[in-house]
Amino acid sequence: MPWRYVGRRLLQLAVILFGVSVLVFLMLRLIPGDPAQLLLGEYATPAELEQLRHKLGLDRSLAVQYWVYVKSALQGDMGVSIRTGAPVFQEIAPRLIATVELSLAAMVIATLFGVGAGVVSAVRQYSVWDYLTMFLALVGVSMPIFWLGLMLIYLLSVKYPLFPMMGRLSMGLDIPVVTGLVLVDALLSFRPDVLWDGLHHLILPAFTLATIPMAVVARITRSSMLEVLDQDYVRTARAKGMDEWVVILRHGLRNAMLPVVTVLGLNLGLLLSGAVLTETIFSWPGLGRYVVDSLMGRDYAAVQGCILIFAVIMTLINLLVDLVYVVLDPRIRIHE
Amino acid sequence: MRKWCVLLTLLVSLCPGLAGAADQPVTGGTLIWGRGGDSVSLDLAQATDGESIKAGIQIYENLVKFGDNSMDIEPQLATSWEVSEDGLTWTFHLRKGVTFHDGTPFNAQAVYDSFARVIDENHPFHSYGKWAYLSLSLGMVKEVKVVDDYTVQLVTKKPYAPLLNNLALWLCPIVSPKAMAEYKDQIGMHPVGTGPFKFVKWVKDDQIVLERNENYWGDKAKVDRIILKSIPEPSARLMALQSGTVDIADDLDPDSIALVKKDPNLEVIEKPSINIGYLALNTEKPALKDVRVRQAIAHAIDKDTLIKAIFQGLAIPAKNPFAPTIWGYNDEIQPYAYDPQKAKKLLEEAGFDFSTELELWAMPVSRAYMPEPVKTAELIQAYLAAVGMKAKIVRYDWGTYLKKTANGEHDMCMLGWLGGNADPDNFLYGLLSADTAVTPGAANVALWKNAEFTELVKQAQKIFDKEERAKLYKKAQEIFHREVPWVPLAHSTIVRCYNKKLHDVPLRPNGLNSFQMVWKEK
Repeated sequence: MPWRYVGRRLLQLAVILFGVSVLVFLMLRLIPGDPAQLLLGEYATPAELEQLRHKLGLDRSLAVQYWVYVKSALQGDMGVSIRTGAPVFQEIAPRLIATVELSLAAMVIATLFGVGAGVVSAVRQYSVWDYLTMFLALVGVSMPIFWLGLMLIYLLSVKYPLFPMMGRLSMGLDIPVVTGLVLVDALLSFRPDVLWDGLHHLILPAFTLATIPMAVVARITRSSMLEVLDQDYVRTARAKGMDEWVVILRHGLRNAMLPVVTVLGLNLGLLLSGAVLTETIFSWPGLGRYVVDSLMGRDYAAVQGCILIFAVIMTLINLLVDLVYVVLDPRIRIHE
Repeated sequence: MRKWCVLLTLLVSLCPGLAGAADQPVTGGTLIWGRGGDSVSLDLAQATDGESIKAGIQIYENLVKFGDNSMDIEPQLATSWEVSEDGLTWTFHLRKGVTFHDGTPFNAQAVYDSFARVIDENHPFHSYGKWAYLSLSLGMVKEVKVVDDYTVQLVTKKPYAPLLNNLALWLCPIVSPKAMAEYKDQIGMHPVGTGPFKFVKWVKDDQIVLERNENYWGDKAKVDRIILKSIPEPSARLMALQSGTVDIADDLDPDSIALVKKDPNLEVIEKPSINIGYLALNTEKPALKDVRVRQAIAHAIDKDTLIKAIFQGLAIPAKNPFAPTIWGYNDEIQPYAYDPQKAKKLLEEAGFDFSTELELWAMPVSRAYMPEPVKTAELIQAYLAAVGMKAKIVRYDWGTYLKKTANGEHDMCMLGWLGGNADPDNFLYGLLSADTAVTPGAANVALWKNAEFTELVKQAQKIFDKEERAKLYKKAQEIFHREVPWVPLAHSTIVRCYNKKLHDVPLRPNGLNSFQMVWKEK
């Protein structure tokens, strides 16, 4: 493992975070809207507004505000939410974990079904199966998530109540929070009923969230596989009399995975930062909704904290993708 | 046949659960309450959003409260009160034998700490909060005095009769002093009051769980638990109500409400709220100075059509500056009828210059009292055009809009009031007196300075007899009606949609209720 490379990339992260923090700080203050006014609404008198602005430190110069923000951020304090008065980190952490759970579940679905469908389509090119999956992939990419989510709820929760329509667990069900991931906590506390309940709640939102990445992955896998299956080494493997599935999986899929991994990485980043619609439809208490609400309320500290976390996640996922390349294709070397 | 009937009757009478299902209150069950968003802070003295208030008023109580289905004041933690001769000192006698959810006894000290933290900068708890809405809460109170364990005095800066309504608002909860000391600025996450429900847990953006307070001093709550569940998507909220996943669904749009009304398992109750949406006419602009021009505008607008088109029927037309659900409403006033001919005649009499183009400012945000501001503005524009008046629609972002209208920069502007403390004073003095017509920062955006009107409403602040006050307010409404500083447009209807399994569901005109007496069929 190229540790020095990893170290250098992590150092770059610090530079990125600094850049992001300045950008977000300035952009938030450039968009119109006064947090104090939004917080107090039309009931407020001008004196009350002035007083609140002073209490929130909004009457100080931008430079001073930025300095105060960076100074405390460096000490690990991301500030206090303007709306709730609670520390931003405390607000973000549980929501981030809820989003991670949903996104990972969606990624598992997207990878398994997307790669599987792509491989089968490539192997049986121009078959009915091929046309059907590629048609479904086209539908999957172009279907509005919002509509799909509501239709799923209507059909599978209201009309035929097979799945719960919202939340992470049935109301009233309780387990001790260790990691915040419902499924993991259920395992840790040996509660198969909670595990089942959590899975049951996860299926509809995860499937909704997975449709677009699943469709993209299926198409990329198919075209990449078609290219690889045409290579000389595949012909050689077949000539050696290897089992066809070994040829497809070991010689074909492994080599076809590079572009797929890139797409998966990008999508995971997007899912973690942008599951807003799915979270809203399924009342999932995640970070996507929180960012939107915070932005609407001009909750500067909260938005800044979220964007910084997204920046970290995106950078780390990119790094991870680069490292997976090395594992998948030994010919790839990282230039130190 | 007859034999079967007898048998059936016998059977029914043998099943008490079946026979009495709908009228015998039962204890137990969980009430699931679907709403659009999460609460922000459960320290109600700091809360400025409806979702916090809805949850908080289940937990906290005040010295006095509004009625379950009206805005009339009733005793709560204070059993009685009196005001001194000079009208400055209010003495409250407190209820005995009440304890907070954490076991702390309720007494005068608790009232002192709950109030002094808001108004006294030297109080140890003062720095824990932002106390934003002083004008609606304790801004008029100079001092809080503990007389004995169960008597408290509030001294006001001037004689101020509306104080009782302020004390009944969510902004004046009585909070456990022990909890305030323990949780400091995080008390909003750990609310401890004396109410019929106590706080259990809060999963942010997901749910707040409350359970029955078994040591409650009055009638104990009927349901075991209340779960307030955030369901941000309105269609999902409707489906949750239809499928029985939730028992109550808040903030449904008019189309959804129509569907709920048709559903045999669901119930809708509605009544006029305490809010008002109005068109303020800037009386300082030369074109609008003549009262006949303002009366003409009132005659030109067809409110009934406006309510059908914009509110989809979920509103009543307004004729006074506050709603009929508030005491002191003058129902004898005859509203300006929709009469374009009369409007034209009035304009001609006033010598109105039909070539002037007036600015009509439209709110950029929608509110219950103004659900579709731009459409409303377009409608008003068309009505004015029909009598020959030219109006140009002007828009700004909300912050700028409020600032500029408070500065009197508009000709006509649309605004509204959610209802504040539901005292006529809040509307008449707060939004229409000469004292509040001072720019910048005028709350009276018509900049209407009528000496007689102002004198009446200021005098009413010093009178503590409700009947006497009502007389003055009724007179003030006559002046308002004659002078037309606003064209009052509508009071929106407040609606509660719920499952028929719930019974005794209250609806206060401001939509904020304790669900203490609500019970759920098994």
